[in-house]
This record gives sequence, structure tokens and C-alpha cells, in this order.
Amino acid sequence: MNFDLTEEQQMLQETVGQLLANECPVTRLREVFDSDTGFDESLWKGLGELGILGLNVPEDFGGAGLETLDLAVVAETMGYHAAPGPFLGHALAIEAIVSGGSEAQKKKWLPDLASGARIGAVAIADSDGGWASGHWKIEPGDQVSGTQSFATGGQHADLFVVGLAGGRLGVVDAEAAGFSRQSVDGADLTRRLVALEFDRTPCELLADDDAQAARRLHDVGCVLLAADAFGGSVRLLEMSVEYAKTREQFGVKIGHFQALKHQLASMALDVEPGRGLYWYAAYAQDHVADESERIAAVAKAHMTDRYMDVARNAVEAHGGIGFTWECDVQIWFKRAMFNRAFLGHPGEHRRRQAEMAGW
Amino acid sequence: MDLNYGTEMEDFRQEVAQFLEDNWPLKGEEKDLPFEKAAAVFRERAIEQGYLYRSIPKEYGGSEQPPDVLKGQVIREEFGKRWAPLEARGIGTMMLVPTLLERGSEWQKEKFVRPTITGEITWCQGYSEPGSGSDLASLKTRGELVDGEWLINGQKIWTSGAHLADYMFCLVRTEPGAQKHAGISYLLIDMKQPGIDVRPLRMMTGSADFNEVFLNDVRTPEDWIVGKRGEGWLVSRTTLKYERNSIGAAQQTGAAFAGLVKLAKETKIGGRPAIEDETIRERLAVLEGYVKAHEYSGYRQLTKDSKREDAGIINMMMKLFSTEIGHQTAKLSMDLIGDEGLLSAGGAELGQRSSSAQGWIGQYMYSLGIAIAGGTANIQRNVIAERGLGLPRDAAADRSSGK
Repeated sequence: MNFDLTEEQQMLQETVGQLLANECPVTRLREVFDSDTGFDESLWKGLGELGILGLNVPEDFGGAGLETLDLAVVAETMGYHAAPGPFLGHALAIEAIVSGGSEAQKKKWLPDLASGARIGAVAIADSDGGWASGHWKIEPGDQVSGTQSFATGGQHADLFVVGLAGGRLGVVDAEAAGFSRQSVDGADLTRRLVALEFDRTPCELLADDDAQAARRLHDVGCVLLAADAFGGSVRLLEMSVEYAKTREQFGVKIGHFQALKHQLASMALDVEPGRGLYWYAAYAQDHVADESERIAAVAKAHMTDRYMDVARNAVEAHGGIGFTWECDVQIWFKRAMFNRAFLGHPGEHRRRQAEMAGW
Repeated sequence: MDLNYGTEMEDFRQEVAQFLEDNWPLKGEEKDLPFEKAAAVFRERAIEQGYLYRSIPKEYGGSEQPPDVLKGQVIREEFGKRWAPLEARGIGTMMLVPTLLERGSEWQKEKFVRPTITGEITWCQGYSEPGSGSDLASLKTRGELVDGEWLINGQKIWTSGAHLADYMFCLVRTEPGAQKHAGISYLLIDMKQPGIDVRPLRMMTGSADFNEVFLNDVRTPEDWIVGKRGEGWLVSRTTLKYERNSIGAAQQTGAAFAGLVKLAKETKIGGRPAIEDETIRERLAVLEGYVKAHEYSGYRQLTKDSKREDAGIINMMMKLFSTEIGHQTAKLSMDLIGDEGLLSAGGAELGQRSSSAQGWIGQYMYSLGIAIAGGTANIQRNVIAERGLGLPRDAAADRSSGK
């Protein structure tokens, strides 16, 4: 029994945390947040040099060949720092290709994705709503036509893994004919979304795709959002505690007031117990096949809900300043909104959770 | 991360399982012994094997094993599977014995530890007073040394099991001039003496497990003090250092949740199983998120304890987290039992889990008791905020003088 991170995983978190603290402190984060593109090229390069962008790419294709838990601890750190950029969709695109691509396809796409030379993204939100593979309507083929909303990667992604009817997945190049994308006016400016339109756009179907790849993409996505939610919640709690220790009213630090202390304690109670839940959900993806789908749903529903609760409390704990654009809390608040809605809101996952339990 | 216990532990598990196969239930002539007697016989054998009272030295009746959190867990799991008696529960075993082992004098350990763990003698805890609940250190029960004996006067309250106990371990103000916390001593008192008046307090559930205890010129020998005069507060905070059962609480909430799911399957709403109702499913799913978080936090704590590392702030949260899950479980059960929510708790006792409606009503009420006992939820939040998050200490607590 060793329900804990390995030393390597702790070092991985530290290394990524160090990079983010150096390359993207809050001052820089705010610049990226307020920029047109939401993309920080030097940060992306830095992540690539550390091997973070190919963490889940097998070693044969230039990656680190690590597991979902490794990816998740990085996602936690990204969440803590509100790291801007297309990491989430990039990791999920890799996950889909690793799971559903033929050897030739892996060889074709993975090395460039692993180095970060090309940016991967996912387009799995049907325009009529629905993130699960059953909702996808675009007919699979060498050419595809139709629309997808809320694809990741913003204006920078180079290739998209697209959800198609029947739970198939195809890869579309952003340079391809008949491909167009439009920025979405999203709340979370650290992770930009785009709406895609395909008009007889060339598409390469994943070869070994038997709907497992779609499932894997979805489950790992849930886990990474839960991990990111945990990291973000930790940060919001820290910010709120710090504020309570410095802000003075009635002649004392407001952290003296029991009403606020109890609010902060309740936030801590929303945050800390989630750590083991996301760990296990991540671990299960590679080691506990019969629990992996359900525990991913539990973690996604529970932890993104808790993140949102913590974010609302964090705004309140900061008082008037908490409601301003100037206050950093809003950046994490909007990541909480993203994590809660992306891949389906908690109620949907709880419906699946109940179904899979045979209730 | 590795959720397996490893070969060494699995071998140990086999060994424990084999022991249980041979020894529980008792065989031959012993198989007709009444349960309490049978449990005592069995415990003695389990102690010989090193399976129970592992942190208690052999000379005091324990099995004196090197601390091993995982072994402790494997033993609990295997004993649990076969309903074999574990260590006698009760406040004497759980609180007094570790305190004596850590702070007691030699004769105190010799006299009290063995009969306490065998269940020969039972204890009650004299801490709370009518005017001293959350602010326990303000307690007023006085002890004076008169002719080589402590003469004790005052009143204790919420004293579970006082009507049955042989002895009380008790916090008493012996140094009236000293600062609040420094004026308290930890005394042991024989309950079977004139001057002790135990009056049962009936709880909202209808049963009466706890009491008021009036102490009127109660006497106890001078050396029935644990630690020195004025050290009682520190002594009372001594905790069991080894083999803390870090996942027991999570396993209990998990079991309660499983019971709730079963109830939802067996109960009908509008002629159909309640579990098919969308609202009920959603509420169960929400609750399960907390239950799972509790479970995996428990595994993490178990791991940290086994490596002798500090799991951090989570240790301060587990009581509050458990009770909050308990509240949610209880509330949902009340919605499931429907019209039977008009019934009484039917004399349900603490910890008794029943699939009957009245059993759930008992839990519904007891979940409040658990949230209050041993530090109310609001006190738990203070602890999390002050010790866990490092927020300033409560101004009121700083100022009070303990007069």
C-alpha cells in the first residue's frame, strides 16, 4: 500500500511549478490573459523543452511514455498557476492518437506533438450540445463537413482531433482546405476556444479506432479537469487566506473574525479531500479498467463543482476588490467555470455515474 | 502509487486469516461460551499472536509489537471479514490507556492498563462541565489536597457511561491561582464511593447513554494523579502515537452510503423504486463524490502514517468531513423513508445501524450528537482555520483568564 506520489512525480510537479513561477508569474499571466491570443510562445517552448508536452507520448515516438497520473499531477500544477495556453487539448489530442491511431499515424503526428513543434487540439463539442461520442453528428470520411463548437487550441492549434458520428475520431489539419475557425467569446481567457467549420475538409480517420479512443479521450479529459480544479482550488484558498492575514478592518486583521475563519475552513474542506480522489481517478485510467470510466465521472463532477464553490467563496472573502478585473481571483474563477462546463456539466456526469453503478 | 499491500503484507494477511480460521469462532467445548466470555478467551489468543493491543507493552497485557500501520490495517480487515472481536472499544481503552502509557507512573500502568483492556474495569471521562463546553479549560470542579487525599467538589456533564463505569479520569482545577490552562490536574477517581451522584440525561433519541455527575467531597488518593499538578491540560491531550486507524472513519461513511443505496433500492416513490427517481439519483451521486474523496483521503493518510510522514491539514479535517457526510446521508435517508419519518427513533443506540426506518431515524438524530461530541463543528472549523491555515487565534480565547 503506497497511496502517494512517487519521488519522480513530486519532482515533476516541482519542475513544472518552477518553470511556471519563473516564466509566467501573475504579472505575465495577466498580460497573456488580456492579450488577443492568450498564447505565450516562450512558455510553450519552455514546456516543450522540459518534455511536458510529450509526457503521454510513447518513448518510441519521442515522448516520455508516462501515465495518466503523471499527466494529472502536471495538470494540477498548471491549475495552480492558471497556466495559459493549449495544454489540455494538446494532451487530449495525443491521448486520442496514442489510443486510436495506427503505427503509421502515430509516427506521422506524435513526434511533432511531443516536442511541441505542432500544437494539438480537440473538437468534440457538438454544435447542438453534447460532449459524449453519441452526440457527434459529422459523417466520418476522407472529407468532412459540418460544425463543432468549443474546440480547444484557439487560433494556434495546428491539428484537431475531431469527434465524428458513430464515435469515430478523425484528424484535421488547420491548413486544410475548407477548414475555418472563429474565436469564441469565452470567459476563461487562459484557455481560448474556437468554433470550427468544415466544408468538404480533408480528414484522416484514426485507423484502430473502435470507439475506445473516444472513451479514453473523454475519461482522461475528465481526470485532467479534476486535477486542474484541485490545483486551482488550492491556489484560491491560499490567496484568500493570505488576504485575510493582511487586510485590516475595525483595527485588526480580518482573519481574526470567526465568520471569515469559518468560511475559509469550509473552503479548505472543499479543497483538501479532493487530492486523493483525483489521484485515484488518474491511476485507475491505466490500472483499474473496470472502474476507470465511472471514477473519472465522479472526480469530474465532484471536483469541478467544489472548484466553483471555492471560487465563489474566494471572491466573497476578498470583498469589493474581489469583484474587480484587477483582482487575480477572477482568473481562477473563470478557469473554474471552464472546468465545470467543458466536457459536460456535473449533472451529466452524475447521470452517468448513477447509470454505471446500476442504480 | 501502488494500491497493493505487497507480498510481505499479503503473507501476513494469510497468516492472520489462518489464525482466524483456527480460532474464531471458538471450537470444541468452548463454542457454547456466551459472547463476552468467548471474546475474552479469543482476545487473549490474539494478543499472544501479536494481533491486538500492539502498542501496549507485554508487561501490561499488550502484545508489544513494533509499530506497523499496514499490519494494523490488515488485521482490522481480516478480523472484520470474520466478525472476530477486535480490541475492546470504550473510552478507557481508546483514551485513558494511551495517556497512562505515555504519562502515567509505573504503579498506575500496572494497576490499570491490563484490567482496562480486558474489559474487567470500565471508565468514564470527566471533562465537560455545565459552564465549560467548547471553552473546556475554564472548568471549575475543584480539587484540594487534604490529609494526603484529593477532595473534589463540582459537577461534570455529558459523561457517557458514568452510570456503568468503575472509574473516572477527570480534569480538575487544583491550582486556583494559576493561569487558566496551568491550573488543571488530571485525576483518577473511583466511581463507587459516596459523594458521587450520577443522574442520567435522556437524549433526544429517547435513550440515556450519558449523564450528569455531581461530585460532593469525593476522595481520591494523592498519587492518583497522572502527570504533575497543573499539567492536566497537557496530559489530556496525549494521543495514541502508533497505528492510528486512519481509514476507519472513511470505511464507516462508505458503509453508511452503501446502506443508503440499498434503502433507495428497497423504498418506493410513486410505486417505483426510489433509486429510479432522478432527484434521488442526483443526490446520491453528489453524496458519493464526498464519500469517495473521504475514502481516498483515508488511503493517503494511511500511507503517510505508515511512512511516519505528516499528512498535513487533512488530519484536522477528518472529524468535520465525516460528520458533514453523516448529515447528508441522514438527511437523504429521511427523504427515502417518507411517511415513516413520523415514527420515533425507537430506542436506537449510537452506532447501531439498522435497515429499519426507526434505525435511520436514530442515525438522523445521532448524526447531530456526533457533530457536537468531542468538539463541535464550529470548534473544528476554528482548529482548521487557526492551526491548519495559520489564521490568527480567536481574540476571545486569548483574552480569557480562566478565573
